[in-house]
Amino acid sequence: MGRYFGKRIGQAVIVLFLISLFTYLLTYLMPGDPVYAMLGGDITQEQYDIAYEQMNLGAPVWLRYLTWLGGFLTGDWGNSFKYSQPVTELIVRRLPVTMYLGIWSILISTVAGIVLGVVCGTHRGKAADSFVITLANLGAVMPAFWLAILGMYVFSLKLGWLPTHGFQMPTEGLAASIKMSILPVAALSVGSIGSTTRQMRSSMLDVIRQDYIRTARAKGLKESRVIWGHALRNAVLPVVTLTGMSFRTIVAGAVSIEQVFNIAGMGSLLINSILSKDVAVVQACIMIIAVVVVISNLVVDVCYGIVDPRIRIE
Amino acid sequence: MKSFFKTLFKRKIVVMAALFVLLFIITAILAPMMTPYDPYVGDFGDILAKPSMQHWLGTDEAGRDVLTRIFYGARTSLVIGVISVLISAVIGVLLGLISAYYGGIINVIISRIIDVLMALPSLMLALALGMVFGRGTLSLMIILGVSTIPTYTRIMSAQVLSIKNQDYILAEKVVGAENKRILFSHILPNCFSPILVVLTTNIGGTILAESSLSFLGMGINPPMASWGAMVSAGCSKILINPVYGIAPGICVCLLVYGFNVLGDGLRDVLDPRLRGSI
Amino acid sequence: MAHYLEVEDLHVSFYSGDTVSYAVDGVSYYVDPGEIVCFVGESGSGKSVTQLAALQLLPIPPAKIEKGSVRLGGKELLQYRSDSVEMRAIRGGEIGMIFQEPMTSLNPVKTIGKQLMESIILHMKCSTDTARKRSIELLRQVGISDPEKRLKEFPHQFSGGMRQRIMIAIAMASAPKIIIADEPTTALDVTTQAQILDLLTSIARKNNTALILITHNLGIVARYAERIYVMYAGNVIESGLSRDIFRNPVHPYTKGLLQAVPRLDDNHTKLVPIDGTPPSPGKRLPGCQFANRCPYATEECEKPQGLKLIEKEHFCSCQQAPRAVSCAPEKNTSDGVYEKEYEFEEKVLEVSDLKVVYPVKKGLLNRTVGKTIILDGISFDIHKGETLGLVGESGCGKTTVARGILKLIEGTHGSVRMNGEEILPMKEREFRPRRKNIQMIFQDPFSSLDPRKTVGELVGEPLLIHHLVADKDEYDRRVDRLFSLVGLDPSLKNRVAHEFSGGQRQRVGIARALAADPDIIICDEPISALDVSIQAQIIILLEDLQKKLQLTYLFIAHDLAVVKHISHRVAVMYLGNIVEIADSEELYRNAKHPYTKALLNAVPIPDPVVEQARDRKILRGEVPSVINRPIGCPFYDRCEFATEKCKNQKPELKWDENGSGVACFLY
Repeated sequence: MGRYFGKRIGQAVIVLFLISLFTYLLTYLMPGDPVYAMLGGDITQEQYDIAYEQMNLGAPVWLRYLTWLGGFLTGDWGNSFKYSQPVTELIVRRLPVTMYLGIWSILISTVAGIVLGVVCGTHRGKAADSFVITLANLGAVMPAFWLAILGMYVFSLKLGWLPTHGFQMPTEGLAASIKMSILPVAALSVGSIGSTTRQMRSSMLDVIRQDYIRTARAKGLKESRVIWGHALRNAVLPVVTLTGMSFRTIVAGAVSIEQVFNIAGMGSLLINSILSKDVAVVQACIMIIAVVVVISNLVVDVCYGIVDPRIRIE
Repeated sequence: MKSFFKTLFKRKIVVMAALFVLLFIITAILAPMMTPYDPYVGDFGDILAKPSMQHWLGTDEAGRDVLTRIFYGARTSLVIGVISVLISAVIGVLLGLISAYYGGIINVIISRIIDVLMALPSLMLALALGMVFGRGTLSLMIILGVSTIPTYTRIMSAQVLSIKNQDYILAEKVVGAENKRILFSHILPNCFSPILVVLTTNIGGTILAESSLSFLGMGINPPMASWGAMVSAGCSKILINPVYGIAPGICVCLLVYGFNVLGDGLRDVLDPRLRGSI
Repeated sequence: MAHYLEVEDLHVSFYSGDTVSYAVDGVSYYVDPGEIVCFVGESGSGKSVTQLAALQLLPIPPAKIEKGSVRLGGKELLQYRSDSVEMRAIRGGEIGMIFQEPMTSLNPVKTIGKQLMESIILHMKCSTDTARKRSIELLRQVGISDPEKRLKEFPHQFSGGMRQRIMIAIAMASAPKIIIADEPTTALDVTTQAQILDLLTSIARKNNTALILITHNLGIVARYAERIYVMYAGNVIESGLSRDIFRNPVHPYTKGLLQAVPRLDDNHTKLVPIDGTPPSPGKRLPGCQFANRCPYATEECEKPQGLKLIEKEHFCSCQQAPRAVSCAPEKNTSDGVYEKEYEFEEKVLEVSDLKVVYPVKKGLLNRTVGKTIILDGISFDIHKGETLGLVGESGCGKTTVARGILKLIEGTHGSVRMNGEEILPMKEREFRPRRKNIQMIFQDPFSSLDPRKTVGELVGEPLLIHHLVADKDEYDRRVDRLFSLVGLDPSLKNRVAHEFSGGQRQRVGIARALAADPDIIICDEPISALDVSIQAQIIILLEDLQKKLQLTYLFIAHDLAVVKHISHRVAVMYLGNIVEIADSEELYRNAKHPYTKALLNAVPIPDPVVEQARDRKILRGEVPSVINRPIGCPFYDRCEFATEKCKNQKPELKWDENGSGVACFLY
């Protein structure tokens, strides 16, 4: 277990290093003058020269990369010219919002997907299976942003039950927070519920054909014990991997959802900075999201080890 | 071949999916003939009209017919979807084939590159690449293509790794076949089925991604029609004409659903190991 | 008289889309307390399905029990639903089950203690503490040492044999009246097989538990069964006491099977194959299912058949029997005796001190920290026209020998000379043209043929690779000739592999191996994936081809009886070493190495009379892993004659004047 986990951490560090390289190169390759890119076009020659000096543009690119990486590692992520404040501050305020929405939607979609998948897998070919799997297939194809708009139109504009935009943390008022979270979390979860259900269903169908399930039945166990006691833990293994993937999908979904509901999270920060070419912010956003994804994959690996003794005990 | 289609279309849902896809393809090809309106030049005297006999789905903020724009949007979605999937499939398949067959240092390098691409959500990757390469149809296709390369590389290398150790590949070495023959005449054809399945499903996924990018304003250049951009524009006019924002979304759903179900159907027929699992 | 378990006229079908296959078609049998009953038949004969159907363990759909009756202790079981309280009390309570694949039959994510106690608590209605005590007791009974500790371990921490012992413990958990063992040792090695079956029968006898043993191995039947049901294509075609059936097989199929299996004690009797293949379960014949393969078939056989009483307790479904079918199995007829005189001159393959060593790598940087010795110095010669048998249990390295000689693996050391030329150090580019001289036949005919190519393309490919044909005409002619040579119709060459049966595919594999006109063919377990009746066809084909084409075989197999039958000389391998090499008849009559003796002892002979007279000793322990290889004799820790010397020093292969060799300090 220790070695397995150690190897994973090693790989994660390498990947993060490569991503930092990629991120830096990406902005380096961006057409146009890096000073204008960093500060916006509306500056005087004097300001330009100071910035040129500050950004050390005379130095070779690898040195500038190392300086940037060093800054990133020590928490100095540069300044945003659009928001005129340190990137660190921006992200510290916005990351928890996206994480909050993301974690809820991962929890909801995993639990719902597993339960629905088991129901489908154990009622194969019956009406319940066909109904759920059709919904799951539909859920998996609906664009999150469109679903969000639809939800907003029906529940906020027509019925007036939920707010149309904005977000606050539960600490700032629980009832309002819940009301504000329902639509974004729902829009983020639907797609993942669909794909988790599909995965869980096929994994379940696969597992209940296995010999050890026949052994469990041959022992005289109740069918419910066979499914929940023996099949579930084996069937959940591929879904655990999928949950790691889900995080990526949800971060991607957050970009447009936050736009629709006007939520100040990482997604809207990223898209706004890209549109205004606010390079420092973009770099930091990519790095932070990559770190979150890589860490969540590590967590998934640990979970995998817990569920599967073949990995835990070498 | 005949029995292939017979098995594929035995399930009604697959027939339905194929019809959706076919309908959209016909629409995309025949768009100019299906509508009397110009997709780009609108009637400014008639903006944001509600659905009527003249404009079945109403008009947009520039007075252009929404249905006409949807027809042309099908063109955008399908062309971008198909071409970018082909780009990523070709690159991804080759990378997977090479890394898994030769292994060693080549495999390590390719795997790490794929890890990097995997660690970033593909939409974010596309956004970041879009910032560098600018907007436009061609760069959009490349961007979307690059962001789905990992899917193919991973599937391909898993396939090759399992096929490589099959007895029939060993048998090829025994009879004295060269690497080139083994790779292209025996391994590649045997990987074809899962790749075709993923490719079909991925067209749907890419269309979805294109609509997301266009929704965020990072997609194709206006005035070209894109469903995602239409949803984005319709979003703010939703109280005036809800159909404008909602209808293009339904089209995305139908087309993507069509490709997904078609992909599932193909898998059931082509990959017997997975038959009936979806 | 009412029997404890009585099954009558059981019919089971499988529905898949529009096709129905009749897996079990009117099977009746009974089992009394304490007896050992064998169901014998080839794959698809319905022997397993019958048992699973009786317990309602078949997935419904696609399976359906059409009609019949299953009575246990006078109670009709088919009236209960599969998931009913009554059926669940019987499964695991009254009747325990053991399955074929020990590797997949236990839940990988639960400790064996949990899996064992679950069954005890369910049927014995006892506390967790009592259940744990009983689990420990059961594990001890099935021969697992240190049971308290091992209770907390997971299935993947046990070897195949050990897992099968755990399955026995689970089946015994509630002290059932009957245990059904479905091919319990098919996946295991022959010495482990003997251990497990002896354990199973002795536990059953001790507890007066009836044992239903399902197997395709006639030797096992002869060794353990009291009564037998022979099944073919969903029917019981013959049943009776074991000794009656082996003494007087009446059904042509039973008779055919007994003649188709090589016996360890035969005198190179020529095998008599059963021609053709069983009918597919979707297309049944009107009357006797064996009619299309039966040499005695008449029009009568197209009518529905019933069981006929032959002698006391001995029934047979053949209506011709015993009139047309002569009763005693023909044995050792003069023209059947294999020509044993041979003299070989020219050496075509000389292997000396072949070693295969893999580095053990560790850590992120893949540093080499040690080495694993797979082959520890193998030496043998093969002469032109000769068959050298290479026999050993799984993991002994016999397949590695094949791959080493064929230069398919890395890490080989030593010397391999083919036609006098050293090939081991050659580069692949240099060796490739020479590959046509040495070909291979694979074990699994399903995975060794590219599923996307037609069989004609596959057979012809070596011709193109080695530029052996001038034009398309010659190519077609050669491919057609190869097809005819292996007994396949050349008109089938445009089909793909999955349209063929296992036996036909193996013929395609042989044709492909012959295409480039090789001197040497390495046969790596060429028949072990095939059904018994098909095995004989392939063995005979290989023998005929050898005579016709002057071929040299290296014949690798785990089945000693088959190896002995086909080979001129046999080499016995154990843990990467050849422990004994001798003329095949000599090896059987006068085995020297303790391992060879144990191996011979473990192979059951399909004759109850012979089996009863045999002095049986069961080899203890299991093959050690190559990672923890003993320093001295590899067989040291399992050998009854082992001394201090054997522990510390490895015996070398010593040759005597007859060309036999043995690696043991006793000689």
